[in-house]
Amino acid sequence: MTTTAAPRREYIDGATAIVRGAIDAGCTFFAGYPITPASGILMAMMRELPKVGGVAMQGEDEIASIGMCIGAVMGGAKALTATSGPGISLYSENIGLAVMGEVPLVIVDVQRLGPATGGATTVAQGDVQFVRWGTAGGYPMIVLAPSNTPESYELTVKAFELSERFRCPVILLTDKELAMTLSAVDVDAYPDVEPVARTIKDAGLPYSWVPADAVEPMRAYGAGDAFRFTGSTHDEGGYITKLPAKVGALNEHLVAKIEDHRDEIEMVDVDADGPADTVVVSYGVTAGAARAAVRELRAKGTAVTGVVVKSLWPIPETSLSAAFDGAARIVVPELNVGLYRREIERIAADRDVVGVNRIDGKLITVAEIVEAAR
Amino acid sequence: MSTITITPVATFRTDDPYPFCPGCGHGPVLDRVNEAMVKLDLDPAKVVIVSDIGCSGLSDQYFVTSAFHGLHGRSVTYATGIKLANPDLEVVVIMGDGGTGIGGTHLLSAARRNIGVTVIVMNNLNFGMTGGQHSTTTPEGGVTSTTPLGNLEHPLDICATVGVNGAAYVYRGSSFDHDLADRIAEGMRRPGFALLDIWDLCTAYYVRSNKFTRAGMEDSMRSWGLEPGLLYDRQTAEYATAYRRIHADIAGKPTPRPRPIDITHEAALDEPMALVVAGSAGGKIRSAAKIVALGGIRAGLWAAQRDDYPVTVKAGHSVTELWLAPHEMPMAAVVAPDVMAVISADGYAKAGPYLAAMGPDALVLTIPDFADLDTKAQVRVIDPKAAPKRIPKTSLGLVYLSAAIALTEPYPIDALREAAAAGSFAEINLEAVDTGALLAGA
Ligand SMILES: Cc1ncc(C[n+]2csc(CCOP(=O)(O)OP(=O)(O)O)c2C)c(N)n1
Ligand code: SF4
Ligand SMILES: [Mg+2]
Repeated sequence: MTTTAAPRREYIDGATAIVRGAIDAGCTFFAGYPITPASGILMAMMRELPKVGGVAMQGEDEIASIGMCIGAVMGGAKALTATSGPGISLYSENIGLAVMGEVPLVIVDVQRLGPATGGATTVAQGDVQFVRWGTAGGYPMIVLAPSNTPESYELTVKAFELSERFRCPVILLTDKELAMTLSAVDVDAYPDVEPVARTIKDAGLPYSWVPADAVEPMRAYGAGDAFRFTGSTHDEGGYITKLPAKVGALNEHLVAKIEDHRDEIEMVDVDADGPADTVVVSYGVTAGAARAAVRELRAKGTAVTGVVVKSLWPIPETSLSAAFDGAARIVVPELNVGLYRREIERIAADRDVVGVNRIDGKLITVAEIVEAAR
Repeated sequence: MSTITITPVATFRTDDPYPFCPGCGHGPVLDRVNEAMVKLDLDPAKVVIVSDIGCSGLSDQYFVTSAFHGLHGRSVTYATGIKLANPDLEVVVIMGDGGTGIGGTHLLSAARRNIGVTVIVMNNLNFGMTGGQHSTTTPEGGVTSTTPLGNLEHPLDICATVGVNGAAYVYRGSSFDHDLADRIAEGMRRPGFALLDIWDLCTAYYVRSNKFTRAGMEDSMRSWGLEPGLLYDRQTAEYATAYRRIHADIAGKPTPRPRPIDITHEAALDEPMALVVAGSAGGKIRSAAKIVALGGIRAGLWAAQRDDYPVTVKAGHSVTELWLAPHEMPMAAVVAPDVMAVISADGYAKAGPYLAAMGPDALVLTIPDFADLDTKAQVRVIDPKAAPKRIPKTSLGLVYLSAAIALTEPYPIDALREAAAAGSFAEINLEAVDTGALLAGA
């Protein structure tokens, strides 16, 4: 009894959507080290990447995995890596290298419950600040967070786009449930995407920061003449320097190229239905229950706005401030001790900010959010 | 004889003098690296010098080739990535003995993979840059700023380590070797992993603290059992080439695309329905729930399942929460299931909170062992022994879920049969669905 208007659905998990997104974005290199709940991405990449002429490696550890990715990008590849808490901890120093050397690279953090080994098969959102501040120096990071399977696809592609646009690592922050939960997905919900474009210069200096926010096309080994890459404080030629004017210009560039272009990064889903006293701000897996809670509250007659943050960092201040206009109470459900709530408190100024938090490996329920929003 | 004049690159060095201390051995080693590249007539644009961190790590700035200066100890990982992305490049790693310590696992792995890079270790038996601390290669008894009374650690034999683990070319020598440039060139010419452990003098530290000299260095090498010379020379397949060869057959094959499931039935469900099946790991609980979800999708429903199981996937509990819904469902936890199947002791141990939350309209299906479980829901005991054939443990989940579908009818059981028939293990799964339906009717 198939009708013409029949919905077209498949049943897949978020990891599969990430892999498809990466390949559609033009990814040609992957390296990762097995870790639950990110191993699905590693295994799928080992299978799929050689089909598109790419290379997938199981590194000897996470440091090697991200190191190979950075090397491969400078050799001309587009690269993805994926890990979870213990592994993202080991990525730390190399994330800084990718920031400093201006390497486009997409890093998936499939969060599990920490600290340390924590709960390998247990959901959590405890890395939300770690991915922002997890490397020395405190420079801006771009972090995207899907809240369901189609978004896992869409934001993987977006992560590749932003990493090329700003020549920097971009983190896709997901979690055990989003990566491993099977769900029915409308196959028409995936956006059409084009492979992400990259311009490679075949001559000239590898770096430039005039004006400070400008992003120079990258160089790649073997494409054109010789050039230098370095993780040390450097001049435009990639030579180590300590000259304060150069050092300052370089570091201001690393900030400006992202901070001055927040509007190109901000991605927020606002579900508003007229003026509302209460705003529910959520992200990632918790957005599922939050969206349902907003529906339930409205059905009960409560005026409420739902905000799902898809670009966690830089924090989408413009959209959040606009959504908070006229509200008195902000509810922030998250599977951690209230890590993103600190940011919301700052933007919410003197509004009442209420956290709904779980750190016991269980998902926050719709009822818990409804209760906090009343 | 026609003559084509090729002007080989006369030098790969820039005009800048090296930054090293007077008498430091690093400069002469770099001169030999330069000579090797000249001998091989390399194209500077096709050479990448990957430098580690340390005084040795400053090396790349003095060459006109491409350069990658990354993190301490990780140079081999970047070199691996570069070589895998572009196997046509000549990739040369220059690292200190410090780098071989902190990045030991990368050296081992690169040797085992036989990745086609050449590693030059400028081994001065201590950390020069940070102030003469001991390294993994500091000899026993060696005095350094962190071993003032003599080193108690056994020195690492870098060559043996990479040699017994698959390296194609391994050479030990010193910055004074008259044929060093030839050896370096030979290493570069090897398609596989080449390592040259080149001892040299750190005049600022190790030499001063140990009255170490060229003669002393050459003597001690032998007296410590670390023989110089060409130690390993093998013709084994280089990794990047081997990788492309074994994948040649699948290159160009399509990657998976979304494949919509045919909708062939109609469902009678107008509210979301939560099913929970609590059984044992290894009992195909997840696969059973997936088949029930696919049946629902065939009937036009939405579905999602969250699986909970320990990391040891074949032991302990396996609990799956399955939503069937007439509309798209956000990812949410099941608190009070509409239907629950408790089919093993492992599952029973996890079932408590669900059973406690279930109301009188809900239904629990279980095995005779748990006939008196504690819940307000209606409990229906299904005895697997009542089945016409013995039910294998791995089918129990699907049998009970099928019974649940047959009893509560969120969608037609025929849609479930279709889903079972469409996947792998079709025969076994169809039998489980039919058994479930049969037991539900009994
Ligand atoms: C992760 C990390 N830890 C420590 C350092 C500090 N550091 C810089 S150079 C060096 C040791 C260098 O020794 P070696 O590799 O033998 O090179 P040499 O200076 O002797 O040529 C260390 C520990 C660092 N840069 N990075
Ligand atoms: S400290 Fe040692 S290794 Fe560094 S430049 Fe001076 S002599 Fe050479
Ligand atoms: Mg040293």
